[in-house]
Amino acid sequence: MKAPAFHYERPSSRAEAFALLAQHGDEARVLAGGQSLMPILNMRLASPAVLVDINAIDNLAGISVAGDVLTVGAMTRHYQVAESAEIARHLPLIAEAMRHVAHAAIRNRGTFGGNLAMADPASEMPACCIALDAVMVIESAKGPRKLAAEQFFRGIFETALEPDELLVAVEFPIGQPGWRHGFMEFARRQGDYAIVGSAARFLVKQRRVADCRLVFFGVGDRPIRVQAAERTLCGPPPFAEAAATASAALAAELPEFADSLATAEMRHHLARVLFGRIITPFTADLD
Amino acid sequence: MDEMRHVTLTVNGEPVSRPVPVRLSLVDFLRGDLGLTGTHVGCEHGVCGACTVRLDGRIVRGCLMLAVQADGAAVETIEGVSDSGEINGLQDEFRNRNALQCGFCTPGILLTANELIRQGRVLTREDVREHLSGNVCRCTGYQAIVDAVMAAASRGSTP
Ligand SMILES: Cc1cc2nc3c(=O)[nH]c(=O)nc-3n(C[C@H](O)[C@H](O)[C@H](O)COP(=O)(O)OP(=O)(O)OC[C@H]3O[C@@H](n4cnc5c(N)ncnc54)[C@H](O)[C@@H]3O)c2cc1C
Ligand code: FES
Ligand code: FES
Repeated sequence: MKAPAFHYERPSSRAEAFALLAQHGDEARVLAGGQSLMPILNMRLASPAVLVDINAIDNLAGISVAGDVLTVGAMTRHYQVAESAEIARHLPLIAEAMRHVAHAAIRNRGTFGGNLAMADPASEMPACCIALDAVMVIESAKGPRKLAAEQFFRGIFETALEPDELLVAVEFPIGQPGWRHGFMEFARRQGDYAIVGSAARFLVKQRRVADCRLVFFGVGDRPIRVQAAERTLCGPPPFAEAAATASAALAAELPEFADSLATAEMRHHLARVLFGRIITPFTADLD
Repeated sequence: MDEMRHVTLTVNGEPVSRPVPVRLSLVDFLRGDLGLTGTHVGCEHGVCGACTVRLDGRIVRGCLMLAVQADGAAVETIEGVSDSGEINGLQDEFRNRNALQCGFCTPGILLTANELIRQGRVLTREDVREHLSGNVCRCTGYQAIVDAVMAAASRGSTP
């Protein structure tokens, strides 16, 4: 089908965009890469009165490193993230996970900020942002505010963004030596949304796991951090034992989430399998 | 009455300047307003790849962009890359290996495969399948398409 009628605005500055969003409230919808919003409009699942196209605003795209923080601008396209040497060097988890996001033509257009603002529970990047302890930089006419990624995702297609706010950038802490990561996903086809996936980050210091973040996606209404498993995994070797304990207790921490693709039981099973695939090379290395 | 907006862009190198309804998709603009019907429309929600065109040098979904968003851009369609000879080699291999039947998916697949070949890497069949993962073909079963792309890539493609 075709998109319903709307009023189209293409602001050329943030200030102009904030004014438009403040004026139109929840009648307006931000248009970034359009790779989720255009299907929604074409299928007539939504009919916003106003589209605020943010593609003409300067300084919303780009990847930069300053001290211990790497910043990804909201309008940075998926392919730019995938091709970035800074991302490959400092955030290999993002580089690896981005290969699983959609297809080439969609990655050429889809944006990092749009993907996070969409908050699809089966999407890779929200889980990675939580695993990497990212900070969302949000702005409106009232000024900027920052929010931990963990507080940003609120439910299926639901975030902490107010209708008058833009996600302008995401900040990642970097620079600490000893970080390792793991990423796995199960999907029916390359580029599909995951049925279940997992993103993990471990901080290894003197052969101890000093810190660990383990996140699953596709298993609930938002990315799920499994904190009991994380606690089990932290500590001195042998890790294989801790990993086995964490794996056995994993399902208890996951919601019961079923849809046409998989039952809750199948999702729990897949979560254990993917956890095993992430942790096995890691324990083989450390034990 | 649809809200209109004036756009100025180039399509296959030719300047185009005219008003368009703001809700018109880029692919409908190319087909309906400019008569470039080589770009096809399948699902209209991003999953089939039939509408693939090149925008400022990179392939995009023509159904997931508004025509107004192409203001100031350089758009290339299957007609443009065929006429310029850019994809001749790839087209030859598609013909040689029966990599198309009804041809509905073919323009999108050619543009997508061409982008991969132009990266100049040594390709595996897996690379080809991955790059074409967003293009659906209901006829061929894909093997012949992968054969053709591999063959075109190994002749150092494209002309
Ligand atoms: C066939 C297909 C397969 C896909 N597969 C995957 C996949 O496997 N994994 C995956 O993660 N994604 C997938 N996607 C989605 C793709 O990654 C989208 O690009 C992304 O989810 C949305 O980004 P966008 O820039 O296109 O946002 P848009 O579609 O423009 O916007 C999405 C939503 O976010 C809002 N928004 C956008 N930017 C901002 C901002 N800066 N501030 C506030 N609100 C904003 C919009 O108003 C809208 O509600 C797929 C898409 C398609 C069509
Ligand atoms: S018509 Fe655009 S992807 Fe199917
Ligand atoms: S040749 Fe018919 S859809 Fe591909």
